[in-house]
Amino acid sequence: MMGGKLFRNFSFFSATLSFFLLVGIFAILFTYAQESMHEFGFDFLFNGTWEADEDDEGGIFGGFIPIIGTLLSTIIAMVIATPLAMGIAIFLTEIASEAIAKPVSIAIELLAAIPSIIYGMWGLFYFAPIVQSTVGGNGVGLLTAGIVLAIMIIPFMAAITRDSMNTTPLVLKESAYAMGATKFEVIKDVIMPYSKGGIIGSIILALGRALGETMAVAFLIGSVMSIPRNITDPTTSIPVLLANNFAEAQDLEMSSMYYLALILFVVSFFIITIAKFYFLGRKVK
Amino acid sequence: MNRLLLNKIILILSTLSAVIGIGFLFWILATLSYKGITSIHWSTFTHDLVKGGIRNLLVGQFTMAILASALAVPVGMMAGIYLREYGHGSKLASVIRNLSDVMMSAPSIVIGVFVFALLVDPFGGYNGYAGIVALSIMMIPIIISTTDNMLALVPKELREAGIALGGSKHKIILQIVVKAAKVGITTGVLLSFARIIGETAPLLFTSANNQFFTMDLTGQFPSLTVSIYNLATYPDEASRELAWAASFILTMIVLCINLIGRYAIRNKK
Repeated sequence: MMGGKLFRNFSFFSATLSFFLLVGIFAILFTYAQESMHEFGFDFLFNGTWEADEDDEGGIFGGFIPIIGTLLSTIIAMVIATPLAMGIAIFLTEIASEAIAKPVSIAIELLAAIPSIIYGMWGLFYFAPIVQSTVGGNGVGLLTAGIVLAIMIIPFMAAITRDSMNTTPLVLKESAYAMGATKFEVIKDVIMPYSKGGIIGSIILALGRALGETMAVAFLIGSVMSIPRNITDPTTSIPVLLANNFAEAQDLEMSSMYYLALILFVVSFFIITIAKFYFLGRKVK
Repeated sequence: MNRLLLNKIILILSTLSAVIGIGFLFWILATLSYKGITSIHWSTFTHDLVKGGIRNLLVGQFTMAILASALAVPVGMMAGIYLREYGHGSKLASVIRNLSDVMMSAPSIVIGVFVFALLVDPFGGYNGYAGIVALSIMMIPIIISTTDNMLALVPKELREAGIALGGSKHKIILQIVVKAAKVGITTGVLLSFARIIGETAPLLFTSANNQFFTMDLTGQFPSLTVSIYNLATYPDEASRELAWAASFILTMIVLCINLIGRYAIRNKK
């Protein structure tokens, strides 16, 4: 009897841990960001200066450049990844025979399993030179980071889209085919409307992933504190700035880094929540 | 005719995107294998980073990932058991389930920042424990969701049979329900292990890195992934070669664990 109660309590405390972690992360980031929040307020979001004073005591810190860099690299990634991921999902559900769809599915999922640092390495040494020779620029910059980011999120997006397309009842598809619809018409008028929620959900989840991605972007975005004037220009993003400069920062600069981490955390929290609850729903049972 | 043409175009474009996706996988794997294999020497495995090998890094990375799993697997499984077996249908369980889903997608660098504030800053320096905690925070939500989903697949009748035999609730859970879901949960554990062993961002300023062989978790701890990030940015050829060798080995480890996990689940069904 005692064992049963202990077991139940332990499982209850384990379950509440995710709640405490989430609240704990928010509370810690918020507390450590206070100094910077008091100093700069909401103007932090629009201030493009990031400069420490000579004496290292203070300075002016604004998050505009990393915020813009994060947004732009994510937008580039989404523009490239979305059509490709949709295409792959359509190929897997409607075009390929099972004998082809299965290995292709596994390959796509393996692509998703490769650690992000590998994408960064590969991107830096193999992809950046190609971008440099075809589009120009230094090789590293917004465009390269965006493209490699796209390659990273495609498998993830394609897998969720495929799963939700697969839930379309066969009867619906068959009725449309019986009316003489082409494959594309079935996809557009039957499958897409049926799995709309899942597809939009997968796009938003991938968006959240791209916003928070650190290592692949760290190799490729250039890590320069400047506003990009051109799509191939180097800049920086919130995760990359944190990865490279967080540990060495002092006082007000450190606090500003926490401020940026808080912004990233809150934004991805809302994005994930919207994707999960508004579009993907929860499959209870 | 027009709609048939449109149909063809869309189908060709879809097939093309699949080809592009597969193409990238092979491109990445091919360059990685070529660069990796040509850079691997016997000394890569027998020497530590300070002497141009990755022995201490492999041991360090595995040590942290295994200890993180030792922390995350029991906690995550127990939480999953609560959600499915005790709290199922309750408001609290559904709130926790949702929060855990959100945690699963939290940016890994933010988790690194959080653990830095919690376990590095107050204790005066980078330490292996902080790295382990950061990795386990990434792992717990994945284990929760796998356990939850896998327990949901266990037929109600099994639980009822247990009750009919007079088993107490926790005995039924442990000896019947969890046992029935064993394969699925093991696969989930393997896949999440494969995910955290390739993580870099949560380790950058928690356990950081160490050039020497050490098992002392109170100080900086060697990490394969953090070393790859450092080595790749050094200008000298030897460092880059070592980075490629380390990347290749890391990718092989991750992909092998993934394939083993998938194979296990396929054999069961």
